[in-house]
Amino acid sequence: MNLDERLENVSVLGAAGKMGSGIAVLIASEMAKLKIKNPDKLYRLNLIDVNEKVLDGLLAYIKAQITKVAEKSTVFLRSAYADRADLVENREIIDAFVYDAFSLLRPGTDLGAAKNSKVVFEAIIEDENIKAKVLTELNNLCSKDTFFLTNTSSIPIGFLDKRVELSGRLIGYHFYNPPVVQKLVEVITPSTANKELIEFSTELGKRLRKKLVPANDISGFIGNGHFMRDGLHAIGEVEKLKGEHSLPGGIYIMNRVSQDFLIRPMGIFQLIDYVGVDVFQCILNVMRTHLGDESLKSELIDRLVEKKVFGGQRPDGSQKDGFLKYEKNRPVAVYDIEKGEYIAIEENWKENLDSKIGDLPEGFNPWKKLLTDPKKGDKLSSYFENLKKADTLGAELARTYLARSKEIAKELVSSGVAKSEDDVNAVLTNGFYWLYGPINDYI
Amino acid sequence: MKKLRKTVFVIAGYNTVSFGSGRKEFHPKKPRPGLEHYVKEAGKGAIGQVNDVKNIDEGVIGNFMAARFNRQGNLPGFFPMIDESFLYKPATRVEGACASGGLALVFSIKTILADLADTVLSIGVEVQNTVKSIYGADILGGAGHYAGERKQGHAYFFPSKFSDRAGACFEKFGKDKVREAMSLWYVQAIKNARKNPKAQEYHNSIEDLYAAAMTPPNPKVFCEYINVYDCSKVSDGASALIFASEEGLKKLGVSKKDACEVVSFGQSEGDLTSPPPDLTKLDTSQRAVNLAYERAGLSSKDIGVAEVHDCFTISGLLSVEAAGFAEYGEGAEFVKAGKTNPDSEIPTNATGGLVGFGHYTGGTGVRQAVDLLHQLTGKAEDCQVKIDPNRPYGLMISMGGNDKTVAAMILKKAA
Repeated sequence: MNLDERLENVSVLGAAGKMGSGIAVLIASEMAKLKIKNPDKLYRLNLIDVNEKVLDGLLAYIKAQITKVAEKSTVFLRSAYADRADLVENREIIDAFVYDAFSLLRPGTDLGAAKNSKVVFEAIIEDENIKAKVLTELNNLCSKDTFFLTNTSSIPIGFLDKRVELSGRLIGYHFYNPPVVQKLVEVITPSTANKELIEFSTELGKRLRKKLVPANDISGFIGNGHFMRDGLHAIGEVEKLKGEHSLPGGIYIMNRVSQDFLIRPMGIFQLIDYVGVDVFQCILNVMRTHLGDESLKSELIDRLVEKKVFGGQRPDGSQKDGFLKYEKNRPVAVYDIEKGEYIAIEENWKENLDSKIGDLPEGFNPWKKLLTDPKKGDKLSSYFENLKKADTLGAELARTYLARSKEIAKELVSSGVAKSEDDVNAVLTNGFYWLYGPINDYI
Repeated sequence: MKKLRKTVFVIAGYNTVSFGSGRKEFHPKKPRPGLEHYVKEAGKGAIGQVNDVKNIDEGVIGNFMAARFNRQGNLPGFFPMIDESFLYKPATRVEGACASGGLALVFSIKTILADLADTVLSIGVEVQNTVKSIYGADILGGAGHYAGERKQGHAYFFPSKFSDRAGACFEKFGKDKVREAMSLWYVQAIKNARKNPKAQEYHNSIEDLYAAAMTPPNPKVFCEYINVYDCSKVSDGASALIFASEEGLKKLGVSKKDACEVVSFGQSEGDLTSPPPDLTKLDTSQRAVNLAYERAGLSSKDIGVAEVHDCFTISGLLSVEAAGFAEYGEGAEFVKAGKTNPDSEIPTNATGGLVGFGHYTGGTGVRQAVDLLHQLTGKAEDCQVKIDPNRPYGLMISMGGNDKTVAAMILKKAA
């Protein structure tokens, strides 16, 4: 069975979630293109989620996203629809594509819908027992040549494959959030993986125009292997800073240092919130269990989750409150766990902390500005040269952070999680949108 | 007809900002002013320069596709909104794709020549940011022949038409030379626009303009021979000015020192249903310019400043040839030699042109006339060029579609 044949019937589990919905858009677009080529064939994309209510929102999301896809590929679509005399203007062509994509969607809550699928994307909750239960059910339901691609970002694939008895038909296919935009897919191929599945996943990656980075089957893989430890480093620094600056003060300082001084797309605590404080905790738990590493734990995270401070995103992508409180996706307050309330980032409070952090080193440019700058490499080098010399709290924290991030990355290679330093850098630059990889000459 | 049967003056020019991507205050998701705002601002900007608006006899408005961009027809009805004195006076909307503004000028001049009015307020407007560019491409595609070429056409219909022209020029005159000249045209356009606070590219901060302009084309998402820097942007805006007879000028109380004289104009039409006879030539534009020269008894050697329709950088090069500044096939060399720069032989598009200033399609012809008026009367501020007293004439070319509807006009400072 080739890629095109497999794409005739596909299911996405957890389709209404943030990862599942993105995967659904990517696959629906490709299936719709196949349908234009083969109008007589039957194509089905089953969008399965336990929550009936959110499926309506999913359809609205898919419509908006497929429209965007069509708007960006109108040059191609005009040639694909060349035979359709009734479709003349771009608007008509884009609408036709959205309609064609929609006509193959089958949303529902019944797992049984996946029965005839040749490919199943699993993007349900990051809980190995639930994942194992659902995959077992599907294994009994689907034919024995169905491939399973799991979006897990931490659970070892070989372990899951064995537990569910998929005999090599499971591969880790870890998209980054949001899958429609992020170029990276971390591919975790367990030693047990079926050869045809490996070929299929490579070909699919090309079709989806994704950058596939291989990671070994060790819990957390590259992405979370770095992110969890990077987050724990920031939390550790906050613990040190809180004596002098209070806990919210420390959170503010580290968030700002990681965003501005390190020129990252967002501060570390905003990123943890974006992913979800509860998800962060859950991944730590999985990694701690599978790696037997007791340092993968945070009391602060546990306390926040206890207080139901979860972070995460709303269906429209806007951020929910976690470590920080957001208005229009900008932090406006910091959570004070002792008081159980948010402390507004007021001018005086902020100015006081900013003065302690100190000025940004010479040559600083915001992340967004450098993103499209053809000379960003040179500009980053000269900025980090100045950061080395700067005598401020912010610069000191940034240097320690850079060094720790590099150490984490190198350990990922030495412990066999990543095959090379380049792969670690590729994950951070493509999946986390960093301008530079953690293994660099800046420190 | 040779010389114009009487003197027609042009006064009181006004341009709004050319609004769209590139302007700092532009955000695609934020609400923006509509058609009414621009018509009103430009109209008031012009009538504010005369002593008594009641003495304006009628209005002409050039617009291309408000019916689709803004779902609005019946544009003459906007004149009384500009000022109540227009209530019950004649008003007309004219359309000829991107030459709609040029046709508004010509229609106004003809009305005065026909002794039907002494003063005409002439406006050109387009508000295009109401739709994404991929849908805007459909609307602008209306300047081509819908039944004959749209279905086979490209997603970005007009960019691709001019991309084909660029490709033909590459083949005929040498790719490197033409490509370099196109990029230099872009550099010139942006540098000029940076001096003009109303230009869409006023805030352009690209460090290496030439390198940006040399970005290789990506036919998968855009065109085969041109990149986005070769294109004028999607713009919202309006321009206005007033035409007046000698008597009209007196009635409006405007001094001749603030006026230009319409030396001549030329109009020419190509066949919309046929492809251009030669992709390396703007033959309809050339015809309109030659008509204007003939009527005035002038030649390209008399022109000291010019406004050409550079909807794309390649149209800039071809216009330089159509205007007679360079021989056929030598436009690229002419531009490469810097002869269209503000301080050179024939300063062309000194306020940015369509690539730099912006291109609110149906209003651009009027905008060009306003800028020419300002240049010739010394009011072009930071964009002011020196005009050789031996060549005191300004030429403009307003082109619609793929060189189909063209109006050219020659102005000089009123004596």
